[in-house]
Amino acid sequence: MSGFFDIPSDLQHSYLGLIGLHLREALLPVLAGLLVSLPLAQLCVRFRWLYAPVLGLTIVLYAIPSLAFFVVLIDYTGQTETTVMIPLAVYSLVVLVPAIVDGVRSVPPETLAAATAMGFGPVRRYLQVQLPIAVPAIIAGLRVATVSSISLVSVGMLIGNQGALGNLLNDANIYHRPELAVTSVLTIAALAILADVALILVRLLLTPWMPRKGAVR
Amino acid sequence: MIRIDAVTKRYPDGTVAVDGLSLEIPDRAITVLVGPSGCGKTTTLRMINRMVEPSEGSILLDGQDIRQQPVNTLRRSMGYVIQNAGLFQHRTILDNIATVPRLLGWSKQKARARAAELMERVGLDTSLAKRYPYQLSGGQQQRVGVARALAADPPVLLMDEPFSAVDPVVRKGLQDELLRIQDELGKTIVFVTHDIDEAVKLGTMVAVLRTGGRLAQFAPPAELLSVPADPFVEDFLGADRGIRRLSFFPSTELELHTAPVVAIDAGTEKLASGGEAAPCLLVTDTDGKPLGWGAPDDLAAGAIDRDRLLPFGRPFVPGKDSLRTALDGAVLSPTGWAVAVDEEGRAVGVVSQQMIGEAIRAAHAEGRPDAKAAR
Repeated sequence: MSGFFDIPSDLQHSYLGLIGLHLREALLPVLAGLLVSLPLAQLCVRFRWLYAPVLGLTIVLYAIPSLAFFVVLIDYTGQTETTVMIPLAVYSLVVLVPAIVDGVRSVPPETLAAATAMGFGPVRRYLQVQLPIAVPAIIAGLRVATVSSISLVSVGMLIGNQGALGNLLNDANIYHRPELAVTSVLTIAALAILADVALILVRLLLTPWMPRKGAVR
Repeated sequence: MIRIDAVTKRYPDGTVAVDGLSLEIPDRAITVLVGPSGCGKTTTLRMINRMVEPSEGSILLDGQDIRQQPVNTLRRSMGYVIQNAGLFQHRTILDNIATVPRLLGWSKQKARARAAELMERVGLDTSLAKRYPYQLSGGQQQRVGVARALAADPPVLLMDEPFSAVDPVVRKGLQDELLRIQDELGKTIVFVTHDIDEAVKLGTMVAVLRTGGRLAQFAPPAELLSVPADPFVEDFLGADRGIRRLSFFPSTELELHTAPVVAIDAGTEKLASGGEAAPCLLVTDTDGKPLGWGAPDDLAAGAIDRDRLLPFGRPFVPGKDSLRTALDGAVLSPTGWAVAVDEEGRAVGVVSQQMIGEAIRAAHAEGRPDAKAAR
């Protein structure tokens, strides 16, 4: 049993240390992706013609294999976490941009008209009306982006053990310890599920105004 | 006063939504803009709070061009009610209503206190304050919409088809409520609808617009019904405008007959003697409430069988109801006589179709109907 959590010393981290590292490498890119997507999506809502090219671009970026990204980035950022996180942040855009655009567009036209008619300026209207109503759609996008990011971090293993829990897959291979691969896969899966549940809870907290099953009318 | 002065709205693609429209919207009254779809009524309304800017012409509010004040200041001084209410689904009912006061910088506490006060004014139970819009019915949501528009006590209220998405029963309730609130508050209301009945019911003045955004007629509803300006307006008013116009004649002048009204416990003689003025007798219970019509011969025979009495249709309240309601009552009644009752529902007399017809002719002879008559 102890073999599962006996982390080889070349990784320079305990089991819990790897989990922390993994979460950081997975979640920071999603956060960065969200910060980029919000204004980008708002531009796409404001200028409709922009949405198709922006969406196309995110899809093309998503299609670039991470290895190719690494090859380009290593010259600038070296064999570091940053090199792993930049592609992950870029990949998250393909989910987050359409999620936010759909969310903001889902605000009923009469709600927008009412906000304008009551004297909301464009900024206030965006922050106080459109964005809060888009929260469920944004969080739905965040869930997909987060889970996929948690899984994708592993690939950082290829550039000098920057893959956090993913590094265990390589160690399982070179040290002939298959149990490390089991630890790696199961832990990553558990992290993904927990992160998903956490996001669902956040949504429930942020949207008391949404109809719930069995709610009293 | 809002003065719309030769306003035209032309879109870049060449469509003309509003074409050279001039209107003087009176203070503290309901002015209804009505017309078929594509007549520019909503565009006109939205030009008043500058959600749409006119291509030509100007709009004056109390003599001042509305473009002279900051657009959001202007909008916060005008309540706005929209179809489907347009509530903020992510805010509680109380916070929805408190929106404009908050924008005007009121403290949260003061704004919410004001919101609670308004909930009562529009007939909403304050226990709904902490609910969210999805938990309310369509009619309740629309009331919240009206309360939200009134929250900062704006002198002007713009209403864009506010009641067209609710069912007819709820709509009637909301219309009556609006008239009641208007009696209390005396706002300058501009109301857009495609429903001519709603226009006639609510409007102090009605502007009929035709497709292409031109004014067809601007008149009080009674005048609209009696002298439509052209075939378009006449057609838009519908086939029964003569009957509808009777809504504006009060029923006070009707001469009521009391002889044919008999209580169920009256003696047989009384029953037999009442039948001179009317072919049938109206039998009431001991409180004076009407039960139904009976033939004098049957009644004189003694036994009054409640089940065999003929129905008396819908009674009217003289003075409160119009000639239209009285005529409707007479037409509904199998005997051709309408039953007049007091506020408590006790029969005060009966009147025949013929007598109502005479009253209508007399009212026509006097000229203009009384615009203040019950609607």
